[in-house]
Amino acid sequence: MRTDYALSQLDVLEAESIHIFREVAAEFERPGLLFSGGKDSIVMLALAERAFRPAHIPFPVVHIDTGHNFPEVLQFRDRRVAELGVRLVVGSVQKSIDEGRQVDESGRWASRNRLQTMTLLDTIEEERYDALFGGARRDEEKARAKERVFSFRDEFGQWDPKNQRPELWSLYNTKIRRGEHIRVFPLSNWTELDIWAYIERERLQIPSIYFAHERDVFERDGILLADNPYVSRGDDEDLFRATVRYRTVGDMTCTGAVASSAATVPEVIAEVAATRITERGQTRADDRASEAAMEDRKREGYF
Amino acid sequence: MDSVSNAGEQPPAALRMDILRFATAGSVDDGKSTLIGRLLYDSKSIFTDQLEAVERTSRMRGEETTNLALLTDGLRAEREQGITIDVAYRYFATPQRKFIIADTPGHIQYTRNMVTGASTADLAIILVDARNGLTEQSRRHAFLTTLLRVPHLVLAVNKMDLVGYDQAVFDQIRDEFTSFAAKLDIGDLTFIPVSALHGDNVVDRSASTPWYNGPSLLHHLENVHIASDRNLKDARFPVQYVIRPHKSTDPELHDYRGYAGQVAGGTFRAGDEVLHLPSGFTTRIKAVEVAGEPVPEAFPPMSVTLLLDDDVDISRGDLICRPNNQPAAAQDVEGMVCWMSADRPLAPRTRLIVKHTTRTVKGIVTDLHYRIDVNTLHRDESATQLGLNEIGRIKLRLTQPVFADPYSRNRETGGLILIDEATNSTVGAVVITEAR
Repeated sequence: MRTDYALSQLDVLEAESIHIFREVAAEFERPGLLFSGGKDSIVMLALAERAFRPAHIPFPVVHIDTGHNFPEVLQFRDRRVAELGVRLVVGSVQKSIDEGRQVDESGRWASRNRLQTMTLLDTIEEERYDALFGGARRDEEKARAKERVFSFRDEFGQWDPKNQRPELWSLYNTKIRRGEHIRVFPLSNWTELDIWAYIERERLQIPSIYFAHERDVFERDGILLADNPYVSRGDDEDLFRATVRYRTVGDMTCTGAVASSAATVPEVIAEVAATRITERGQTRADDRASEAAMEDRKREGYF
Repeated sequence: MDSVSNAGEQPPAALRMDILRFATAGSVDDGKSTLIGRLLYDSKSIFTDQLEAVERTSRMRGEETTNLALLTDGLRAEREQGITIDVAYRYFATPQRKFIIADTPGHIQYTRNMVTGASTADLAIILVDARNGLTEQSRRHAFLTTLLRVPHLVLAVNKMDLVGYDQAVFDQIRDEFTSFAAKLDIGDLTFIPVSALHGDNVVDRSASTPWYNGPSLLHHLENVHIASDRNLKDARFPVQYVIRPHKSTDPELHDYRGYAGQVAGGTFRAGDEVLHLPSGFTTRIKAVEVAGEPVPEAFPPMSVTLLLDDDVDISRGDLICRPNNQPAAAQDVEGMVCWMSADRPLAPRTRLIVKHTTRTVKGIVTDLHYRIDVNTLHRDESATQLGLNEIGRIKLRLTQPVFADPYSRNRETGGLILIDEATNSTVGAVVITEAR
């Protein structure tokens, strides 16, 4: 029997996240869980499962598919969804483009990162979601450090950072009008290291690209990009073979690999604990557009 | 291979620490950003790319030194105006603890943000500039900290380097604050002389203050005892969600009815006799589960599922407690409110939505007893309304009872938020002083 009533930081974070999942399931009619196949959304899905066991997760999993995903990640997504018996809703950026709703960017810096926002908002409208779980963490980026756990979005999906609802204790305001929705971030207080520690503790499966492997890469703006069909490589950008792993998982066009020999979760934890560079700073070209790139995208309705 | 399993090694000790949530109050002028920057930097929690970005921006603006405030001011408007508007959350860890900083703006127009940051804090740091001594602002911060019942308070007397590390200056501020604090109900109060700029007594004890025998700030943060701050006496379990698997194929789950929620107080074990509110029906706990697996005991802040011996009609918003220790089932609630709306004032007859634990009801303000001047603690009983960021004592009448304790006894069952029926905005927060 316990005598000290002590909980570890992972126990406390897990309890807080589970509370958030249950609050949404109780108060919203049509929630959905945004799943990218990345480590944060994998942890989020594991927490959702634990929140409702032995019942099924009472909402669908939503993937905004840019068409530029790593194939390993899509395979992983499909297997996980089948194991859990949840419904998968896919919003396709390619479909938005084919329907003429938006146009692919061109040139060396072309990416579908920004295009995701419209497909996401279209999917929310079609499926009439009133709450969407996202895996964003406050330690990732300075605009995210300011965001509420329950973050209000107007009928255009916009975030107004200067007019956020005060959020006290664990009392979340879930009131919205028709057409509006709430983005809910159960991992707000988790750090990158907490995520890895939880993956370790719960023995969670994650896509292989998070571990060291050999790959053809080229360097652009200090980031190692994988050789892939969706990015046009310049003549000055030579391919070379390197042992790398991915620290974040996004589109192949804007997600960089890091040189690493970490092949197991404990090795990754040791690497993350020692690193002096943030994960987004090290691996994401999409954040480098300007000082406020994330804030600007979030205002438009981005994740 | 599209996935990799974990190897079966023990996680390092550093991944099994506890959490301390603390709020920092003060303004840029007091050196708050420098202090946070120092804590993050010296605990190796600032990353080189973040520091480079801040240095780049500082240079572009023509500032002489690296402006560490840019690290915490995350919004475009904050960087443009050079002020902190909203609460920012920061994270760092040492081998002892994980820390969550709620970095709150200090000015009076952001009182609501400070109240928000303090609502979940285990500890608050109030910064005082040693040259200026206590100001209206420091008194306001101390008042708000005690209003929100932050159990531990640190008065960090900063810029000691600018007063020649003079013990007399520190002692005078300490004595003045101690006599002011006598009017407030402060649990645990610690005074630390620091220089955030030079790092004195921030991470390590400083040689410049040989007359100071206490811990450095970080040492205090790492070692302050918080486990006993939780209420383990009064068993309180607000029912959040009912888990019914509806799996007709599995006969074991056919009759499964689990009451899910986060423990708000006390402990719950299988076999305990419990009482359900509002029915008053008593039964016993059959099992306590986490993620569908039995655990020996539940206590705050665990999220668990309770299974009961008898089939009672229980739904979200109900509460499970002990027969001999019940909260008030209150339709009349007295409390201190912090009003957070710029659009409309709070006045008698104001109708609002009230969210308390997992229960949402409607309410009307039946009385405004007084408005409190947060700088002087003077009570203005002639007040007829409260504006944005104003604090006063009110009485609420609710359409249905809530199961409440005084906030001084339980921060979970003693707090509620007020929501505007027309705009859906969160417009107020109440700490309950009396519920009946």
